[in-house]
Amino acid sequence: MLWQNIPILLVLLPLGLSSLTAVLKPKASRALMLGVNTVCLCLSAIMLCEVIINGEAFTVKMGEVGAPFGNELFVSHTEAFVAVGFDLIMLLSLTASGRKVKQDVAPNRTSLFYTVCSLMLAALNAITLTNDIFSGYVFLEISTIAAAALIFVSNARGTLMASMRYMIMNLLGSGMFLFGLAILYSLTGELLFPSMKDKLALVEAEGKYSGALFMGLTLITVGLSMKSALFPFHTWLPNAYSLSTPASSSILSSLVSKAYIFLYIKIISKSVGLDVFMQSGTANVLLAYSALAIVIGSIDAIQQHNVRRMISYSSVAQIGYIFLAISFGTDRAMGAAIFQIFAHSAAKAMLFPAVDRLVEVSGGNENFRDLRGSGYRAPLAGIAFTVGAFSIVGIPLLGGFSAKVYIASAASGIRQYVALLALAVSTVLNVIYFMRTFVTIYRKSDRQSNELSFRFLPGFSVAITAFILLNLCLGLGAGRVMKVISDGISLW
Amino acid sequence: MKDMLNTLLIEHMHETAAIVLFCIGFTTLLLNRNLIKKIIGFSMMDNAIYLFLASYGYIDGKLSPIYVSGNTDPSLYINPLPAGLVLTGIVVSVSVTAIMLALTVRLYRRYHTINIDEISEIVRREGK
Repeated sequence: MLWQNIPILLVLLPLGLSSLTAVLKPKASRALMLGVNTVCLCLSAIMLCEVIINGEAFTVKMGEVGAPFGNELFVSHTEAFVAVGFDLIMLLSLTASGRKVKQDVAPNRTSLFYTVCSLMLAALNAITLTNDIFSGYVFLEISTIAAAALIFVSNARGTLMASMRYMIMNLLGSGMFLFGLAILYSLTGELLFPSMKDKLALVEAEGKYSGALFMGLTLITVGLSMKSALFPFHTWLPNAYSLSTPASSSILSSLVSKAYIFLYIKIISKSVGLDVFMQSGTANVLLAYSALAIVIGSIDAIQQHNVRRMISYSSVAQIGYIFLAISFGTDRAMGAAIFQIFAHSAAKAMLFPAVDRLVEVSGGNENFRDLRGSGYRAPLAGIAFTVGAFSIVGIPLLGGFSAKVYIASAASGIRQYVALLALAVSTVLNVIYFMRTFVTIYRKSDRQSNELSFRFLPGFSVAITAFILLNLCLGLGAGRVMKVISDGISLW
Repeated sequence: MKDMLNTLLIEHMHETAAIVLFCIGFTTLLLNRNLIKKIIGFSMMDNAIYLFLASYGYIDGKLSPIYVSGNTDPSLYINPLPAGLVLTGIVVSVSVTAIMLALTVRLYRRYHTINIDEISEIVRREGK
């Protein structure tokens, strides 16, 4: 079938055209990147529809070579849905903050910014679709390099250092991931997820190499949690997210770290197996750290005086929710984790441009007291902030609420009361820091609207409206979305 | 004790060396304050993993997977895949090293030091 070639195009199209964006003029380069992104979005939407209609997953063998030498892409409902989500959020983030890219990035580097975005898109699609752990590693590194470039491309003070710290922590994580991968490979001789799972089940049954298996799994877990900023490895995150240009912040917070987590979910479900994962005890460690991440991330967010740093710290807590769901080790919990990935991505990718606009109409200061009344000066940004904050806090009708319900029901299904407690405590903490900001931006102030507030920004308005609708859809259509995700997981 | 040392240092010499090198590289990348030394640590860490992979990929007494002598029996050759993985890995780590060095050059031009603590201090002072 012709549409079964779509997965290859989703990777090769942005990867191939990224070199072209580098040599074009900034405007043409931006148009090309957005065009490629739109094409990828349409293609992945077609792929999702076909997979749902046919009701079965399919595999693309690269170069028609099978296991153990070949390389595969695998598409089930879940992968197709994740690809649609990533492409859509990438497109909306770039549209919403495109104007700021012109201000924050030097003109001679603007084309390179879009080159990096294009590479990032290719890496995200490849991580989502790959069925091979080593290709996963290669694209992980491509996305790390692209992410570092997304941080230091902005002229703002401190971005170079933030980028360096990001690289150091991520390279430590990649090194551990690669070592874990090498250990699993030396145990099984397989790189494809399904064949690795079969061999690992034999290794586990024999019991002779369970120490090595545990070592490999631990290294992969720690490596990927370092890369996706799970507490206590989150120290690089606040500067990286809050100093870079808003488009970069959106992409980094809602896509890059989420792609790593999705790869981790795939590894433990498809290649290690949830039974082995639970027996190894890794889940307990993840549970402890994610519960701490949820509480400490929220407390850190409360202490911030800078609104962008507050949102960055709230990401630490939200990543904690995802790992919390993963630590339950059931298929249902994996579905909840993937839903939370989307609920958080849709809200966070909207919050960064919205807050940036609120800051812009308040004289460029990111402190809370300067933001007073900014919700009246930039109404759309105010609404977007409200919707995003409500979604993260977990107000019904929005994506974040459904995600929390799914995580809580997965937790009560296996009687995980510590997790329920952490969820409850953090909801209260979330309310504290988001309500404070909400009240601030809607408090009357004597600051006059400047000419910036009346300017109509087409890209920003369209993208933010789409983001608001996306959050509502995730909340109102949560049942359907969850069905697609769990149908896909049952095919793994 | 003697048995353990025997196993570690003689039978599994390559793996032990790889793990020791990995740990040295890892701690250097994490703890050293000098950016260039950090990059050296990173290279050491990645190369240790390649040593590990390559040593598992080699089997004593078998030929390298290059077809020259007219022998088509696959059991005579070693698996070419680990070597392929190492090669890909080296390409990845070279590009990462390049971008780290480029970042270090830019940091040095702006802050005139490659000590990460001093740079953080300058950034913090600039912020006030």
